[in-house]
Amino acid sequence: MKQSTLFKVASGSIMKNKMRTLLTMLGIVIGVGAVIVMVAVGNGAQTMIQNQIQGLGTNLLIVMPGSGTPGGVNQGAGSFNRLTVEDAENIKREATLLSAVSPVITTRTQVIGGTGNWRTSINGVSLDYPTIRNWTTRSGTYFSDADLKSGRKVAVLGATVVNNLFPDGDPIGGQIQIGHVPFTIIGVMAAKGQNAGGQDQDDVILIPYTTMQNRLSGNMRLGQILASSDSPDDIPAAQEEIAGIMRDSHKLQGAPDDFTVRNQTEIAEAATSTTKVMSGLLAAIASISLLVGGIGIMNIMLVSVTERTREIGIRMAIGARGSDVLTQFLVESVVMSLLGGFVGLGVGYGGAALLGHLTGWATSTPLSAVAIAVGFSAAVGVFFGYYPARKAAGLNPIQALRYE
Amino acid sequence: MSNPPVISISGVKKIYTMGTNKVFALRGVDLTVEPGELIAVMGSSGSGKSTLMNILGCLDVPTEGSYVLDGTRVDGLNKNQLADLRNQKLGFVFQGFNLLPRTTAIDNVELPLLYDRTGRKLDTRALAADALRRVGLGDRLDHQPSELSGGQQQRVAIARALVTSPKLLLADEPTGNLDSRMTVEVMALFQELNEQGITIVLVTHEPDVAQYAKRVVEVRDGRILRDHPVDGCRRAADDLRALDAARTSDPDAALEEAA
Repeated sequence: MKQSTLFKVASGSIMKNKMRTLLTMLGIVIGVGAVIVMVAVGNGAQTMIQNQIQGLGTNLLIVMPGSGTPGGVNQGAGSFNRLTVEDAENIKREATLLSAVSPVITTRTQVIGGTGNWRTSINGVSLDYPTIRNWTTRSGTYFSDADLKSGRKVAVLGATVVNNLFPDGDPIGGQIQIGHVPFTIIGVMAAKGQNAGGQDQDDVILIPYTTMQNRLSGNMRLGQILASSDSPDDIPAAQEEIAGIMRDSHKLQGAPDDFTVRNQTEIAEAATSTTKVMSGLLAAIASISLLVGGIGIMNIMLVSVTERTREIGIRMAIGARGSDVLTQFLVESVVMSLLGGFVGLGVGYGGAALLGHLTGWATSTPLSAVAIAVGFSAAVGVFFGYYPARKAAGLNPIQALRYE
Repeated sequence: MSNPPVISISGVKKIYTMGTNKVFALRGVDLTVEPGELIAVMGSSGSGKSTLMNILGCLDVPTEGSYVLDGTRVDGLNKNQLADLRNQKLGFVFQGFNLLPRTTAIDNVELPLLYDRTGRKLDTRALAADALRRVGLGDRLDHQPSELSGGQQQRVAIARALVTSPKLLLADEPTGNLDSRMTVEVMALFQELNEQGITIVLVTHEPDVAQYAKRVVEVRDGRILRDHPVDGCRRAADDLRALDAARTSDPDAALEEAA
């Protein structure tokens, strides 16, 4: 039989039982829909990781305070902050695989300047910071070595701070009060946008870490030390090198590390663990739905074969081979599940958009989702349609013709 | 006759094994059908005529004996070869019409051509329409079986059997579901087709129907009891005309006369 004829016959018999077809398709619709949402979430997470890695910086390594165990009581991560500026300076001086190192001291405070006041993050950092973060100034300049050494009160503003405090003027050369200390604005960083977590990376003011320690926080402990390795391949080695230097400078001598060194991939992975859980859950729903949907199709096809026993007998009597009958029923179940697949594609697209809207997760549905939907539903149709089709093809024409 | 016989069976036995019991449906049948014959196979139920019909129709194979259909040896063929043979050499007409429901007349008639495996190029639509015109249903191409009378449905079935230009037309109780007038109508059509050179074997248990055949084969207990030609068989077309003429004056009398 010609393919077009087969298709016509199959779709004809599907359309004769609209309600039944619709209900049968439902399992496939949900299954394929879940697959699409799963792909969208997974894909969105992937994009998010990439953005995050790029946003964080180049070949980034982060040294963070570790846990301390004073008197045998572990206080948890960050509880025992022994990161100091000296650590950063030691790393900078001794490491061979690092191109840039910067301590980061962070505080949040009210700033006054331009048209009003604004609460923002103040980061005390070093000269290497823009290199590590892969960040440039939009106007003015970044602070110099001299500024750093003498702890001058100079500030480089993030784009968001400029937008809020200096909506129409050029802030360069102007004054800004950070926690009652007047600073001179020497530069504005280029806009970096939100990071993957939705945080505005431009809502920040960068000042020399020396100034930060002397004038603002007074705290000698660092929030973190950022570093860049020379190349991506060096990241694991650089991670070890930093750890070694830290152990030496903290004189640990075999005691547990009081710091952690993480690279950007580990950080990104931690950030996407929730979406991974969700993806896994959706994969489970998808496979169960496809299984149940497939069983539904098999059930209906078996009913259909029984109902149409006479028709099968007629077709065989006038010359249909077993293979013709097999193909006819197989095409029917595949057409039915493909139809479900296409509806599921739409449902999946909608579902992904809705989920993204509700949870704020990045979801992106790639074009390959169409192939996935078509592939999965066709596979289900073939797999679950084969047994009923075989049964139809194996009928004895004499008995089939006599069937009432 | 110069042409080879359409059917030539000899020593055909069909034995069904049911558990330890053996049921002899056919106990050795010999039959030759020459081209152009119109044969009625008669017998009561259980006589073995249905089994014979199934074997002649290549739906079943004999347990023993040989069957040659239009020069092709049938016994020993596999299922697919039998299916192809049914498609190319045979046309079936059944008691229950066996048309596909919710499918137009022309689609029903076209069906056998869609299973053609010879690879020849066929204008299936045109052939189907021609076949329907041959049985006088040229104006009913797009009617579904439910919109047609029993006689018309059987004529669609006959068109479906004819559309492949088969060597043999097999009719199994073709008038079993029809009233007497429609019976005569269908038999007239069979006679007309036979005159055009089509070989027809019809199975029936009604003597009324058998009287329109040129030859009657009686089957009983799995054997051929009698095989005799009918001299000057009745012309169904004449009966039909008589019926119509009578009906205009007195329908009841017409029916009686036909009976």
